[in-house]
Amino acid sequence: MALLNQGCPGKRFFQQKNNYQMVKAIESSGISKKFGPTKALDNISFSVNESEVFGFIGPDGAGKTTLFRIITTLLLPDEGKMSILGMDSTTNYKELRKNIGYMPGRFSLYQDLSVEENLNFFATVFGTSVEENYELISDIYSHIEPFKKRLAGKLSGGMKQKLALSCALIHKPRLLILDEPTTGVDAVSRSEFWDMLGKLRKYNITIIVSTPYMDEAIRCDRVALIQNGKILSIDTPQKIKAGFSRKLFTVKSAEKYKLIKTLRKNPEILTAYPFGDSIHVTLNNNTLDNSLYEYLASEGIGDAIIMEAEAGIEDRFLELMEKDNGITNKA
Amino acid sequence: MNNTVISVHNLVKKFGSFVANDNLSFEVYAGEIFGFLGANGAGKTTTIRILSGLSKPTSGEVNVAGFDAYDQTEQIKKNIGYMCQKFSLYEDLTVKENIILYGGIYGMSRSLIRKRLIELLAKLRFQEYENRMISDLPLGLRQKLAFSVAVLHEPKIVFLDEPTGGVDPITRRQFWESIYETASRGITVFVTTHYMDEAEYCDRISIMNDGKIVALDTPENLKKQYNAGTVEEVFIKIARPV
Amino acid sequence: MKRFLGFVKKEFLHIFRDYRTLFILFGIPVAQILIFGFAVSNDIKNAGVAILDLSHDEITLKLTDKIISSGFFKKTETLLNYKDIDRVFKKGKTKAVIIFENDFGRKLISEGKASLSIIADGSEPNTATLVTNYTTAIVNDFTTELAGPVLNNSIRISPEVKMFYNPNLKSHYMFVPGVVTLILILICALMTSVTITREKEFGTMEVLLVSPLRPIQIILGKVMPYFILSFINVLLILALSWLVFDLPVKGSLILLLAECMLYILMSLSLGILISTVSANMQQAIFISLIGLMLPTVLLSGFIFPIENMPKIYDYISSILPPRYFIVIIKNIMIKGTGLMYIWKETLILIIMTLVFIGISVRKFKIRLE
Repeated sequence: MALLNQGCPGKRFFQQKNNYQMVKAIESSGISKKFGPTKALDNISFSVNESEVFGFIGPDGAGKTTLFRIITTLLLPDEGKMSILGMDSTTNYKELRKNIGYMPGRFSLYQDLSVEENLNFFATVFGTSVEENYELISDIYSHIEPFKKRLAGKLSGGMKQKLALSCALIHKPRLLILDEPTTGVDAVSRSEFWDMLGKLRKYNITIIVSTPYMDEAIRCDRVALIQNGKILSIDTPQKIKAGFSRKLFTVKSAEKYKLIKTLRKNPEILTAYPFGDSIHVTLNNNTLDNSLYEYLASEGIGDAIIMEAEAGIEDRFLELMEKDNGITNKA
Repeated sequence: MNNTVISVHNLVKKFGSFVANDNLSFEVYAGEIFGFLGANGAGKTTTIRILSGLSKPTSGEVNVAGFDAYDQTEQIKKNIGYMCQKFSLYEDLTVKENIILYGGIYGMSRSLIRKRLIELLAKLRFQEYENRMISDLPLGLRQKLAFSVAVLHEPKIVFLDEPTGGVDPITRRQFWESIYETASRGITVFVTTHYMDEAEYCDRISIMNDGKIVALDTPENLKKQYNAGTVEEVFIKIARPV
Repeated sequence: MKRFLGFVKKEFLHIFRDYRTLFILFGIPVAQILIFGFAVSNDIKNAGVAILDLSHDEITLKLTDKIISSGFFKKTETLLNYKDIDRVFKKGKTKAVIIFENDFGRKLISEGKASLSIIADGSEPNTATLVTNYTTAIVNDFTTELAGPVLNNSIRISPEVKMFYNPNLKSHYMFVPGVVTLILILICALMTSVTITREKEFGTMEVLLVSPLRPIQIILGKVMPYFILSFINVLLILALSWLVFDLPVKGSLILLLAECMLYILMSLSLGILISTVSANMQQAIFISLIGLMLPTVLLSGFIFPIENMPKIYDYISSILPPRYFIVIIKNIMIKGTGLMYIWKETLILIIMTLVFIGISVRKFKIRLE
């Protein structure tokens, strides 16, 4: 590990690939970053295994972009150490940048260049050619190839995203960093995008991706929930969901607002939040009996339907946030 | 629930030879939370512009809050509120200044603005923020305030464009609570989004594709009809991108 | 090297794809030269003059002839008495009236002194001044011609007009160097600062930084296309001033072009410097326009002579590169002097260039902070 930290350029670099199998793709310990008085990142530690799809899930302003800029060597952390592909992110940034594919949060290609010109440009900048690595991007690029003469600025949201991904992949990076790739893209294109990432697995590329959309967590091997610059939890999506500490019930009624207010008045209710077409409820004694139906009926809600439900990532996130903030929504 | 506040019959909007809205017909009722979904470029924005009096239909009947979308656009504008994720409040003004500004824009009296300001700050537990710049507020608070400002003048309909994109789960749920509260007061909430999880919260949703409405029902019925677990699955089944 | 060339190619694509850039690059210089050359010209051509000749002798006729045939003036009317003056001005075609006093010729010969009045239309002050200056110059010229052979130097010569390097009083001679100076610094600094900040603003800089491109490659890649295009610009302006205004380069063309390259390089490095301190295109444009154009126009000696400025402006202008280039280019183009007269200015420009490049490379961030 120490030896690899020296950063070995050129061929030696690849000859030592076998050693890399034991190395984590990213190892971060105690990363903190401040902008003025605001703590953007607070003691972030995590590790990403080689060839896994690792998701950072959290709302806007949680610190995802700052963290990604540190990973891409664009920012220096105030504290902590980060080792990426076995190299130190601060001292060895030149070597690292050759091995990283990065797709920033907003569309960062040249709008006045055509699809083809953008791709060729990024290939040359990384000292390769489109032909050389065509296989890697063919799945993605084939969708937009019919439009290769079109200016990038004139593409639809979904196509821009595919082009950006092709450009980030063209030099066959070992680590692909995607900052909110699905923000602002419609549901169909989002789903396609995740399918494409899935197909990249066979090339052993490590992928880290951020998203504010909790429902995308299930597409990752492992996720870190991040909020206010802190990591709330790191695990597989299934285990994160299973971490929800109580039984969760959904309550439905035609008059949702009245239902929420009525539920909150009941001391037996621990939390009551709207979620989709129902209200997600946890109970103090964690068991459902008829008393809740009776209570609701007595308050004039006769049409309530209560069912036990499986908690989602968002429910768990909420629970962790409350623990972190000490907030409850009981008035 | 059957007071119609938006009624659209055979709406067509063309830009040259391009048909952005192709014979749309739908109704929205008072106090309803109506989700207006569609892929990028499906024609949602065109419809919203017509419904909010910013653009005139090519043909068809459109009535919003009792006014005609051809020649009563000024009355329409007075009776609707609008909030979008990107722009809503002036960042270099304080909370109070923003509220006074918007109240003034909608022609509310000074005393009424004062009254609503106090109510609003109390309701949002916002008192300590009264004289803070919007730019100093966390995103979640801004979003809640923006919504409250959009309904400050008690419009008949409020249009929300991707209202909870990117906010944290707590804020999002609080936000939807205030939407429910607003709807329970009889204000119609018209939500456009391409995030399907936002659609799940709506009373009814319509899905637009290629200028046409291809589905319109409650989320529950649509999920049943298309044998899907989520609205997102429904959407992927019927709205292939252009 | 391949990376670098790929980058340069991309820059050329940006330029050629954006009609506005192309227009700024080539349209504006051509337009400026033509506008300054014709419209804002300090020359007068066929300005209307009326003559009120109360003497009507051989000398007044000769002088009138000389004035009219100079090409600067055109006779509108011959007046008979003072009352006509007001009328002729009101018609608007006449910019000045030239009045010869009674017995002009006789007085000039016998007393060595005769008076001639020029009444100009003061509602156009600029033209009025020019017309009177030109007339005075012609009259002086005439009296000296007359003085030698005929009158043993006894004719009084009043204002002396000195036009050593510009005998025809043509102002293109002043404007072409000024416009070259202004255009080059503006275009070079503006274009490079905008093109770099544009990458920052569109987020593409982020992607470039996370690539193996080195800062110096990015900077040179940005500068190279503009260097070439600006040089073409110089050739274009010189060709234009030669073809349209008959303005030749008196000194060495090679030296002139070399000095222009130096000045272009200086301006480009200044542009990079501006881009490293501006966060977005708006700022870059603002700094380039306000920070460069105004001082260049006002303080570099382009329009107002530095000698006439208060000392403080003189000091300020001494940090402006255009001040030195204007001296260089005027010397080469108009006086035809060589390097030995302008080595000091050249050296100052070289030092400025090195300083700008030095600061830029140091300030160019390899990260986002």
